[in-house]
Amino acid sequence: MMGTRLLSIQKVTKTFGGLTAVSDLDFQVNKNEMVGVIGPNGSGKTTVMNMISGAFKPTSGKISMGGKTLSTMPASKISQAGVGRTFQLVKLLGGLNVLENVTAGAVFGYRKRWGSDAEDFAMEMLELVGIEDMASAPIETLTYIDQKRVELARALVAEPKILLLDEWLAGLNPSELTVGIDLIHSLREQGITVLLVEHVMDAIRSLCDRCIVMSSGEKIAEGKPAEVLSDENVIAAYLGGSDA
Amino acid sequence: MKKGTHLELTIVLCVLAASIFWPLVVNGYWLGIGVDAMMYIALATSWVLFSGPTHYISLASAAFFGVGGFAVGLGMSDYDMSFWSMLIISAVAGTLLAALVGVATLRLSGVYFVIFTLGLAEMIRNLVSWVQNNFLGSRGLYVLTDFNDQHLFWMLLLTTATIYITGWLISRSRLGFALRIIGGDETVAKHVGINTAFAKIILFTTTGLFGAIVGAIIAPRWSYIEPNQVFSPQLSFFVVIMALLGGSGRLWGPIVGVVPFLLIWNWVDANFPSQSILVLGLAFLLIVYFLPRGVLGRLEDLYVKLKKRII
Amino acid sequence: MLDILVSGLLLSGTYALVAMGLNLQYGVAKIMNLANGEVLVLGALASFWLFTTQNLSPLITVLILVPLSFIGNWLIYKFLMLPLVRRSKSKGALEVDSILSTFGMSFIIIGIMVSIEGGFFAYKYLSHPIEIIGSTTSVNRLMAFVLASIIALMLYVWLNVSRQGMAVRAVSVSNEAAGLVGINVVAVSGLAFAIGGMVTAIGGALISTFITLDASIGVVYTMKALIIVIMGGVGDIRGSVIAAVILGVVETAVATLVDPGLTLASAYFIFICVLLLRPQGLFGRPTS
Repeated sequence: MMGTRLLSIQKVTKTFGGLTAVSDLDFQVNKNEMVGVIGPNGSGKTTVMNMISGAFKPTSGKISMGGKTLSTMPASKISQAGVGRTFQLVKLLGGLNVLENVTAGAVFGYRKRWGSDAEDFAMEMLELVGIEDMASAPIETLTYIDQKRVELARALVAEPKILLLDEWLAGLNPSELTVGIDLIHSLREQGITVLLVEHVMDAIRSLCDRCIVMSSGEKIAEGKPAEVLSDENVIAAYLGGSDA
Repeated sequence: MKKGTHLELTIVLCVLAASIFWPLVVNGYWLGIGVDAMMYIALATSWVLFSGPTHYISLASAAFFGVGGFAVGLGMSDYDMSFWSMLIISAVAGTLLAALVGVATLRLSGVYFVIFTLGLAEMIRNLVSWVQNNFLGSRGLYVLTDFNDQHLFWMLLLTTATIYITGWLISRSRLGFALRIIGGDETVAKHVGINTAFAKIILFTTTGLFGAIVGAIIAPRWSYIEPNQVFSPQLSFFVVIMALLGGSGRLWGPIVGVVPFLLIWNWVDANFPSQSILVLGLAFLLIVYFLPRGVLGRLEDLYVKLKKRII
Repeated sequence: MLDILVSGLLLSGTYALVAMGLNLQYGVAKIMNLANGEVLVLGALASFWLFTTQNLSPLITVLILVPLSFIGNWLIYKFLMLPLVRRSKSKGALEVDSILSTFGMSFIIIGIMVSIEGGFFAYKYLSHPIEIIGSTTSVNRLMAFVLASIIALMLYVWLNVSRQGMAVRAVSVSNEAAGLVGINVVAVSGLAFAIGGMVTAIGGALISTFITLDASIGVVYTMKALIIVIMGGVGDIRGSVIAAVILGVVETAVATLVDPGLTLASAYFIFICVLLLRPQGLFGRPTS
C-alpha cells in the first residue's frame, strides 16, 4: 500500500564501542500503514526503536518525519513532534494511579492539555483500551496486560502521528493475546500509523501490511508478511525460531 | 512532590499565622532562638521544595545565603543603597547563581550536582575574599539598620509563608506534575515530552532566590559582614540535616524538624563545644541508617501499621 | 614558567594517587566517598604526629599506614557501606545514601582530628632545595612525587596483570556481569574500597611533608579529587593521571601568577568546563 511517506530511516548505523548493533538501515513507513520489524533476538530491532524515539542517537544516518530531522533532536522534542511509544519492559510511574499515568502523556505533548480537558481525554483513552473502571487504581495493583494497556493509553493520549510498539504482545497468555491483537487492530481502524517490533508471528501475519526483517543489525528482507516469512534467508536467520 | 491539598495549606498557614505572636510573648534569648528557627525553617523548606521531588542533594544553601548577605553588606556599605533595593538585587543574584549551577549540573545525574554544590560556598568565599582584598579595599562592610530581632522574625516568617505557598502552587501546576513524572521514571518523562533538564533548572532557581533573600534578611543581625561568616559551609550541612530529620517527602517537614534539632544542638554546643562537629556527624549517620525518610516517614509507617491492625 | 610546570607536575603526582583512590571507591565499589579528603588529612595528621612526637620519618609512617588504613577502610566498607548497598533499590539510591553517609563520616573524622590537634599541622622534613631540569624545588616535593608515582605504578600494574586486579576492573565495568562470571562482587568492592582509602591516606602523609594542613581542609581535597576523577573519566586510571597533571599545573600557575587563595576556584573553573563540554571526562563512557 503506497501512501504519503511519514517516517523515513536513511542509512542509519549504530555502534556501541566495538559492537555494531544496526548497520546501514534503510526503510520508510507510510501514513496509516502498520509495519512490522521482525528478526531473531539481538538483530537490532529495539535499537532501531530507541533511535527513532530518541533514547539514543544514531552513529550515522538520518531519521526524519514530516520534514523534521528527528535524529538530531532530544527525546522530548521527538515526542512532541508526534512519536509515541511503548517499552519492552513496561515503564509506568510508581506512586501515581492509572489515570495520572495516562494523563502524563497528554499534558506535555504537542496538544498540551491541562486540568479537566486532559483528564477527560485520558478517560477516553482508558475506555479505548478497556480499563476505564481502573482509573483510580494504584498501578502497583495491576496485572501485566493491564499495565501494558496503561502504557498504550499513555502513548495514545498524546495523539501521536506514529506509534512505536516494542514487543507489546510479549509475555501475554493465549486469551490475553487475542484481546491484545484485537486492540491493535482497532488502532488501525482509527487510522493510527504503527511500527511494531514483534516475535509473535500470528500477530505479524494478521496485523501488518508490510514487514522488515532484520538479522545481525542488517535488513535482510522487506515485503508482505506471507512473502517475507517464506523467504529462505529469513528462515535461515531464524534457524530454530519457534514461532513461525 | 505530592500534590498539595487545601487542608494542608490551611493548617500550615494557620500554624505560621499563630507564630506571629511569638515575638510578642517572648524576648531576648527565646526570641533569638525564634529567629534562628525561622531562618532554618525558611531555608529547609526551600531545600525540600527542590531536593524532595528530584532527590538531588543540594549543599548549596550556604552559597546562596552568603550571596544574599554579602550583597546587602556591599550595597549598603560601599554604594549607599537601601536595604530594600539590595534585597531585590540579592534575590536576582541568587537566582542567577542557581541558574548557572543548574545549567552546569542538572542535565547530568545527581552525583555531579552534589559534588558541585559541596565546595561551592567555600569556592565563592575564596573568590569574594580575593575580589574584596584586591579590588574593593578591605574596609569593613557595615550593615546599619533599625531592624531588631522582632522585625527579622516577622520578615523571615513572611518569607517562609511565601516559600510554602510557592511550593504548594508548584505542586499543583504542570511543573509539579512534570517533577512527579521525572521522579517516577526520567526516561518516561522525556518520552512524554518533558524537557527534564529545564524543569529541574527552573525549580532550582527558587532555591537560589529564596536562599539569597534569607541571607539578605539576616545580614542586619550581624551589622558587620565578612565572607567567612556569610559563606559558612556549616550552614548547608545544618539545612540538609534539619530537612532530612523532618522528612523530605512533605513540604512542611522542616516545620517539624527544625525546632527540636536546634534545641538539641544548642544544648550540645553549650555543654560539649569541642565535640559538636562529632555530634553533627553522628546525627547524619543516625538519619541515614535509621530515619531515611525522616521522623515523618517513620510516623507514616507507624500510622500505616496501626491502620492495618485496626482493620 | 618552568618553575610552575615543574612544581605543578610534582604536585600532581600526589593528586593522581589520591584520585586513583577515589576512582577505586567510586568506580568499583560504587561509593561516592565525600570523606575522601578527611582520610587524606588523617594520613597527614598521622605523619605529623609521629614526626613531632616520635621523630619518625614520614616514610615510615607510610609503611605503617599501609596495613592500618587498609584495615580501617575495609571495616568502614563492611559495617557502614555494605548495609547501604544491601538496602538500596537502585544505583541512584545507593549514590544518595553513600553521599549522605560518608558526608556524616567526614564530620566524625574531623571531630576526632580536632580533638587530637586543633591547629595547623606543618613540619619540616627534607625541605632543602634541590635543582632539577633548571628549576629549583624542594627535596620533599620531589620525594613525594617519586613515591606517589611508584605506588601509582604498582597499583596500575596490579590492576592489569593480576587476577584480582582483573576482577576489580570487571566490577568497575559492570556489577551484574561480573557477578555472573563468578566474581564475588561484595568482596572485590570491599577490597577496592580498602585499597582506595589506603592510597588516599598515603597520599595525605606524602602531601603533609610540603603543605600545611589542618582538620577542616579536607573538603578542598575531596573536591579536587572528585574533579580529577570526573575530568579523567570515572573508572579510568590513565584519565586520572592526565587530569591530575592538568589540575596540578593549572592550580600552581594560578597560585603563582594570581593568588594562592584561588586554587579551589581554578579547580572549579576546570570543573565547569568539563561539565559543559564533556561530562563523561577524557576517557569515560558517555553519560546517558
